[in-house]
Amino acid sequence: MRIVVIGATSAIAEHCCRLWVTREVCDLVLVARDVAKAGRVAEDLRVRSPASTITVVETDFLDTAAIGRLAAEAAARPIDIVLIAHGVLPEQSLCENDLLVCRDTLEVNAVSPALFAEAFAGYFAKAGRGTLAIIGSVAGDRGRKANYTYGACKGLVARYAEGLEHRFAGTGVSVVLIKPGPTDTPMAAAHRASGRRLASVEEVARAMVRGIDAKRPVVYAPAQWALIMFVVRHLPRFVFNRLNL
Amino acid sequence: MRRVSSWGRLSAFPHEVIELGDRSKIAAELARGRPGIAYGMGHSYGDECLNPDGVLWRTAGLDRFIRFDETSGRLVCEAGVVLGDIQRLAIPRGWGLPVLPGTQFVTVGGAIANDVHGKNHHETGTFGDHVLSLRLLRTDGQEIFCGPAQRPDWFAATVGGLGLTGLIVEAELQLRRVPGPWLAAETIAYSGLDEFFRLSAESHPAWEHAVSWIDCTSRDAVRGLFMRARPAAGEHGTWRERRLAMPLVSPVSLVNRLTLRPLNQLYWTMNKRDVGPRIARYEPCLFPLDAIRDWNRLYGPAGFYQYQCVVPREAGSAPIREMLGAIARSGDGSVLAALKTFGDRWSPGLLSFARPGVTLALDFQNRAGVETLFEQLDAIVSAVGGRLYPAKDARMPRSMFEAGYPRLGEFSDYRDPGMSSAMSRRLMGS
Repeated sequence: MRIVVIGATSAIAEHCCRLWVTREVCDLVLVARDVAKAGRVAEDLRVRSPASTITVVETDFLDTAAIGRLAAEAAARPIDIVLIAHGVLPEQSLCENDLLVCRDTLEVNAVSPALFAEAFAGYFAKAGRGTLAIIGSVAGDRGRKANYTYGACKGLVARYAEGLEHRFAGTGVSVVLIKPGPTDTPMAAAHRASGRRLASVEEVARAMVRGIDAKRPVVYAPAQWALIMFVVRHLPRFVFNRLNL
Repeated sequence: MRRVSSWGRLSAFPHEVIELGDRSKIAAELARGRPGIAYGMGHSYGDECLNPDGVLWRTAGLDRFIRFDETSGRLVCEAGVVLGDIQRLAIPRGWGLPVLPGTQFVTVGGAIANDVHGKNHHETGTFGDHVLSLRLLRTDGQEIFCGPAQRPDWFAATVGGLGLTGLIVEAELQLRRVPGPWLAAETIAYSGLDEFFRLSAESHPAWEHAVSWIDCTSRDAVRGLFMRARPAAGEHGTWRERRLAMPLVSPVSLVNRLTLRPLNQLYWTMNKRDVGPRIARYEPCLFPLDAIRDWNRLYGPAGFYQYQCVVPREAGSAPIREMLGAIARSGDGSVLAALKTFGDRWSPGLLSFARPGVTLALDFQNRAGVETLFEQLDAIVSAVGGRLYPAKDARMPRSMFEAGYPRLGEFSDYRDPGMSSAMSRRLMGS
């Protein structure tokens, strides 16, 4: 199994990698901004699966030339799965008060994943097989005051995945959009003042790996979020706008 | 700020929780100047891992393996790695942890800071006996590598040191050869404490693991189930982990004075069916507490106490008999009362709990009046020079801690002034 992971230091991506390497011998390409941290992730994966090959690649997530080059190099050998997992979750108020933070958030969470998806879609179109998995979020299902900048990014990712799915319909290429609910990751840590119970990273990663195996177009992780978001999406405006969600 | 409880769920005060995920950035987090304490899986029962209104450094994200040498069995990992994950990694390669506490959901850092023991103390001692070295970060930025061979004074202070000497970042552990995940186990029904001591003596050294459940509601003729086990080679079928879960906090404690007797009777009846020899996986034998996920919610919103003491071997069975008598008279008690003997070895830490003797552990629903019983038990334990286990404690008097841990004075020199917990303030004054 050859897997390319974009944003491999994200806790969810790291746990997916753990599941993959403990299941079978893998050839993993870990793409990250912080190579030192990715190196520690790689070290851990090598202990878990000494027979697997783990490579760390540094890249700039917004440099189109670098993204193109990276995809071309990674595609030198057949790829089974590409997982696009990077993202940041700033306080919504920062996006409201500082347009620079707002722009950075939009670029890292929306533009960058779309560019990676497009770059690898080109490869998949030629190869005619493989799975492109992208991490969206339940936040992308409906804009909410609590995190609409992040939510809008994930909405873009969802629409992009939907388009790619349409493009590859009837081919051997599948597109999987994963929508995790609030998860106990360092990224979400700052936002859990409410003390609400979060899904564990392991639980979310297991649901993701299962969804990718099954090539399901949309995977809510954990699954109960499918029902919750169905309700949230269908609440009429006059109700929704009065709720403090 | 976020509300945090320990395993006993006695309190849920707000804490400033700082997530540690990248071991290169820990020093910067520690240097922020507010005292705190490390929080791993939150499975210590009392206030050891709590710091109300203060900082908790959560180590759950510090869970990476670093190196594993399959020829020597040496494993280096970050301190937030959970013991169960080590077992799953190592057993298929013929290695295992020599010491496993009653739950697999504890971190390496927590196992060191409490110098935990298993059911095979006779054989392998405590967790600290198998730590080759560890890396400690102090809040002043100092980094200390220590082990039994290098800076042994720092090592002795940190093993069993309740997290107060600094933050344990990583550790090197010596695993030992195991034939596989199976144990040859045997359950024996017995009555009377003399029988328990006879079984304990007879089981050593042929049976590596030994522990006993006792019915704490049985008055004069104590009845119990003695469980012993030793590694078994070979394949014995497939095994799937099945775990029940307690989905929510019960509105009242399901273990209470009315249910105590029937529940003990139920446990006796259910487990008596297992009497005799059998081959079993190590998980249900060694981690009985993990059978029901979130079982601590059974005790309701007020939470529960655990009382675990060790009394010296020389004191014989009298103190255990007195304690069981006091508990039965009080009408309080627990469903999972555990009794076991420790081997004749002293532990590596200045504040380690395990010592030659007999240890008794019971849970008690948190209700008005239970402290009176604890005071009676304290008197029995103190009279024979015993002590309580800080990992389980939320209430022992400071004087009892000082008397039970005579090396506390030496320990104080190694404390990190930037490390403080509700327990350290309660038992050490700062």
